[in-house]
Amino acid sequence: MSADPILSLALPDKGGPAQPLLSVMGLRKHFALPGGLLKRNGAKVRAVDGVSFTVAKGETLGVVGESGCGKSTTARLVARLIEPDAGELVFDGEAVGAQTGLALKDLRRSLQMVFQDSYASLNPRMPVAQAVAYGPQVHGMPAPAARLRAHDLLARVGLAPTVFAQRYPHELSGGQRQRVNIARALAFEPRLLILDESVAALDKSVQAQVLNLLQELKAERGLTYLFISHDLHVVHYLADRVMVMYLGIIVETGPVETLYRAPRHPYTKALLSAVPSLDPTRRTQQSPLAGDPPNPVNPPSGCRFRDRCPLAQARCASEVPALREANAGHWAACHFDEGLA
Amino acid sequence: MNTAVAAVPLLESSAPASPVQGLSYWALVLRQLQRDPVAMTAAAVLLLLVVAALLAPWISPADPYKASMLKRLLPPGSPGHWLGTDELGRDMLTRLIHGGRMSLVIGVAPVLAAFVIGTGIGLVAGYVGGWVNMAIMRTLDVFYAFPSVLLAVAIAGALGPGMSNSMIALTMVFIPQVVRVAESVTTQVRHLDYVDAARMSGDSALGIIRHHVLGNVLGPVFVYATGLVSVSMILASGLSFLGLGVKPPEPEWGLMLNTLRSAIYSQPLLAALPGVMIFVTSMAFNLFADGIRSAMDIKR
Repeated sequence: MSADPILSLALPDKGGPAQPLLSVMGLRKHFALPGGLLKRNGAKVRAVDGVSFTVAKGETLGVVGESGCGKSTTARLVARLIEPDAGELVFDGEAVGAQTGLALKDLRRSLQMVFQDSYASLNPRMPVAQAVAYGPQVHGMPAPAARLRAHDLLARVGLAPTVFAQRYPHELSGGQRQRVNIARALAFEPRLLILDESVAALDKSVQAQVLNLLQELKAERGLTYLFISHDLHVVHYLADRVMVMYLGIIVETGPVETLYRAPRHPYTKALLSAVPSLDPTRRTQQSPLAGDPPNPVNPPSGCRFRDRCPLAQARCASEVPALREANAGHWAACHFDEGLA
Repeated sequence: MNTAVAAVPLLESSAPASPVQGLSYWALVLRQLQRDPVAMTAAAVLLLLVVAALLAPWISPADPYKASMLKRLLPPGSPGHWLGTDELGRDMLTRLIHGGRMSLVIGVAPVLAAFVIGTGIGLVAGYVGGWVNMAIMRTLDVFYAFPSVLLAVAIAGALGPGMSNSMIALTMVFIPQVVRVAESVTTQVRHLDYVDAARMSGDSALGIIRHHVLGNVLGPVFVYATGLVSVSMILASGLSFLGLGVKPPEPEWGLMLNTLRSAIYSQPLLAALPGVMIFVTSMAFNLFADGIRSAMDIKR
């Protein structure tokens, strides 16, 4: 690692290993529905409605949930691609965007994102090496050094620069493009990588290759991952901790093994039982979830899961269940949690 | 940097066998265009017209301003005047060749100006969005609401006759149309992930527009603008016809159409010639624009 500040973009660790790399507190984003020029119908999609979590240094936090539960919005809020309505972001002890805290441009170096659509996330008119080199140049790295770095990174993600550097995105396969996207994100020397459904669009075999690459890169560079996926198998494979989202809130969070073995929230149970198993003896009799999630414009009162919940009672309609810690590090938001342990 | 390639096998070291590998997007478009006989014919016609206009003083058989009272309204095919003579006895072929100069300028220049200005406004409106977009687009809608011909006549009339004024009028007619296309393409591009990825790089809005948005917006807007050239020529001819554009004795197709209209019963073929030139040229521009449009449809 070079000491020259222009040749190295990495920002130093501040609070030591005990301090969370990212703390999110009370993150909220409501999207106003289009109402027209003069009429405001006041309806809002509560995409993310009060989400708090921390990501420890070096861990992989998996975020799971159905489509529309706010996973991707959470990712974009954390990346500051959209502005939150409320909530605070603390990156390694520094508040993001605050007067004295971490400037957005510095956050961009430490936090990068790999998107789901590998084709849409690459500029179709830019050769891939140039796309990878672009980021470091924005942060002041001279073009030759940035190009060198881009070639190194392309090689590292398994794309020989002599063959691929001058290729355009449409000349690559989906897996190759996603490798380019990973290389582009790594070019900033980030500490936190947000992977927003990054392998969802890939074939199973290619998916496995990319996941292994991600594991290697993480070990090699001491990265921290925020891994967003609807694929429970993939999250099981990659994550250390899991966070289950439903309709804009967190319903359960815990260490991956504990949560998969003994889920506490009825929604998590339903999700896990919906995963097809190849082992007939492990097939559960519990019926998978019926219907679609309720409209996030007008979520149910009390517990948001109550109208699809097999355990729902009168109390669930009036009282919002808080996240409670059942055992070490394992939290769930259900009134009947104790009885389920 | 610990990016040195360790003992990692290069998974992808061979390229998929494809005849188009290594070609840039525009090289692909050009290849596709070369295979389109209609577009290539249109391009050849345009090239011929442009070359003829450029070389007009050297290839014309006569002086475009030399009138002769004895040789008025000779029909096409007359000895010494292949395409006949106009109402003042000037050689028709010469005037058509010379007229192409002004007609082409008046067809291309306003479109080019509107392309530059309109793309700029459209990029801002599309990228910034929100109230800025609303203000810009609704203001331009006022212009857009008028029929093009009426608007061109109104502006040219207000500015007074003359070639430069009529070109300004045409530019103002085309700006809202170009902005509309540029704005809608920019809005589309702006919501693609690669713009978000560029925003993640921490670059400024201007840098993102320059490096990531502009190149992807120019193509569709260019195609649209190419199609406007023929409209511009027809509108310019219309302005000249109404006496708002080019003034006599300057040779220009629209003006020639106007002055020859009195001969339409005695020499209909002769009177139609400038119209034929306008028709052929605008047709060639349209077909060429169509060719580019379909050539640009190739995705990979």
